[in-house]
Amino acid sequence: MKKTLVSLVASLTMLCMILSLTAGCSSGGGVSGCFDDREVLNVYNWGEYISDGEDDSLDVIEAFEEKYNIRVNYTTYASNEEMYQKIKSGAGNYDIIIPSDYMIEKMISEDMLEKLDFDNIPNYKYIGDDYKNLDFDPENEYSVPYLWGTVGVFYNTKMVDEEDIKDQSWDILWNEKYSGQILMFDNPRDAFGIALKKLGYSQNTTDKAEWQEAYELLAEQKPLVQAYVMDQIFDKMANEEAAIAPYYAGDARIMVAENPDIGFYLPKEGSNKFFDSMCIVKGSEHKEAAEKFIDFMCEADVALANSEYVCYSTPHTEAYKLLDKEIRDNDNYYPSSRTLERCEVFCNLPPKINELQNDLWIKLKTK
Amino acid sequence: MNKKSSVLAAPFALWILIFTVVPLALVVYFAFWGDNGFTLDFIKSIGEGEYAKSLGTSIWLGAIATVICLLLGYPVAYIISRAKGISQRTMVMLIMLPQWMNFLLRTYALMSLLENNGLINTWLRDIGLDPINIINTRAAVVLGMVYDFLPFMVLPIYSVMTKIDHRVTEAAQDLGANGFVVFRRVILPLSVPGIISGITMVFVPAVSSFIISRLLGGGKEMLIGDVIEMLFIQVEGGRNVGAALSLVLMVLMLICMTLMNHFDDSEDSGGMIA
Repeated sequence: MKKTLVSLVASLTMLCMILSLTAGCSSGGGVSGCFDDREVLNVYNWGEYISDGEDDSLDVIEAFEEKYNIRVNYTTYASNEEMYQKIKSGAGNYDIIIPSDYMIEKMISEDMLEKLDFDNIPNYKYIGDDYKNLDFDPENEYSVPYLWGTVGVFYNTKMVDEEDIKDQSWDILWNEKYSGQILMFDNPRDAFGIALKKLGYSQNTTDKAEWQEAYELLAEQKPLVQAYVMDQIFDKMANEEAAIAPYYAGDARIMVAENPDIGFYLPKEGSNKFFDSMCIVKGSEHKEAAEKFIDFMCEADVALANSEYVCYSTPHTEAYKLLDKEIRDNDNYYPSSRTLERCEVFCNLPPKINELQNDLWIKLKTK
Repeated sequence: MNKKSSVLAAPFALWILIFTVVPLALVVYFAFWGDNGFTLDFIKSIGEGEYAKSLGTSIWLGAIATVICLLLGYPVAYIISRAKGISQRTMVMLIMLPQWMNFLLRTYALMSLLENNGLINTWLRDIGLDPINIINTRAAVVLGMVYDFLPFMVLPIYSVMTKIDHRVTEAAQDLGANGFVVFRRVILPLSVPGIISGITMVFVPAVSSFIISRLLGGGKEMLIGDVIEMLFIQVEGGRNVGAALSLVLMVLMLICMTLMNHFDDSEDSGGMIA
């Protein structure tokens, strides 16, 4: 889900807002070339979250453009919240977005998404039944799952004693033995999610006392934490700068490729399970093209290319069958249903709890 | 004549209008106008919570970085201004050279230099010394600020110093002043405008810097720039408080600068860049 790129966005967002106010973004969106009269589809996705032709992979965007003679204006974001703020403020013109579970729930409740016409998305039939009618879109009217995954613990086998990983718990992130060698999520939802799971609470709790307890736990952890990071985690783990870090399971393949001593487990207390699904922004002027795009993304070879490139798990039954056996059988990418039962999907938190979460996060970071 | 110059200034005026005046007006607007019209709540909320603390830390670290820049930069500026022709140009070039590289890249580079398994510590271990533990500390954040903003201290001081008439220092020497007195009574006062603009150009971006603390400080301490970024990007409806915070920051900076300019009592402030 969240391969964040370092974003210098605060100022840029401002700039974009002003530009759109003064210059007036054209309804077509983006800068269409003078002699390019193809229809333009604006796709807004996570950074590094599509097969782009690198290393002999399929260039999905290019293949789509050729097949349908539609030009794709492709831009990326680093977090659900960043994407939401952009859409909400009306800055820029987007047709396709790929939010995560809780953000889809929120956007549906705020009437920010178009209902999909599944007659135009025949390939939807390939999506596994386990990935349909999920809680965030119970009637499955607004979203088509793109990729999914879980959050777990990465550790360096050379730097961590075997006995400490034996019980496969979140506790290792609080183990004083590894003080200064622990990395932690640099975003509140994931960080609090871990603390809440460790306490045995729901990650979607609306009990303020439980959030407070989770905060105390994170505050207790802070002296042991080397750094709060997102995608710097790849370098820091590969260079053995740190020994332990929580991150998204799919990234294990990239991490192990860089440093074979890195191991991964899904903690026994349970974890977060996330879905990133394709949606169409309310008021999209290219809804049909957008549905073509979603359908294209659900073609088996495209879904396979994306899952192989991004390394996150695919909900596509045919693509799954085409994956390497060792990946299909790997419990980290495709955990057993028993393991998954312990995992929770984020729900949209009520505004009061969201506010509390952000306040506690700033409090933690200024402590 | 007048008409002509105002025509020539028009593009710049337009630029300032679009990229300075309008954004500033938007910041003020968001800081005072919420969904229910005019309110002082956003400004008030800054006093509560953790914002004040973060603001204090930012000003404190920015001030330290500024002092270090001044202590490092002033002698350098002096030496460069006294150097002859080609070597002077070479030295100015060397000061500017790092600026040609993107600031984010330089900060990333600094991170991989300072890390526990970074270049510096690897060398230290190779020659049998203890590694230094600096990454993810406040010291690393200050170092990053100094590293990124030092040229902004050196260049204005240098440009003022080159304008100091040699005959003035010679006159002082003729009147019996030794080297130290010449510096204290002649060169230092004449270079004040450069110092002031140097301080302005380092302090303001240092206090409001936001990526440095995340990369070099391990994200363990949110500086005010990080808080504002988070409010704008992560927090729904956070842009009002974010704008209020930006506004308070700007006002504080303005007060600092006004106080600073008070020290600058020389008539000629030709060195002012900011």
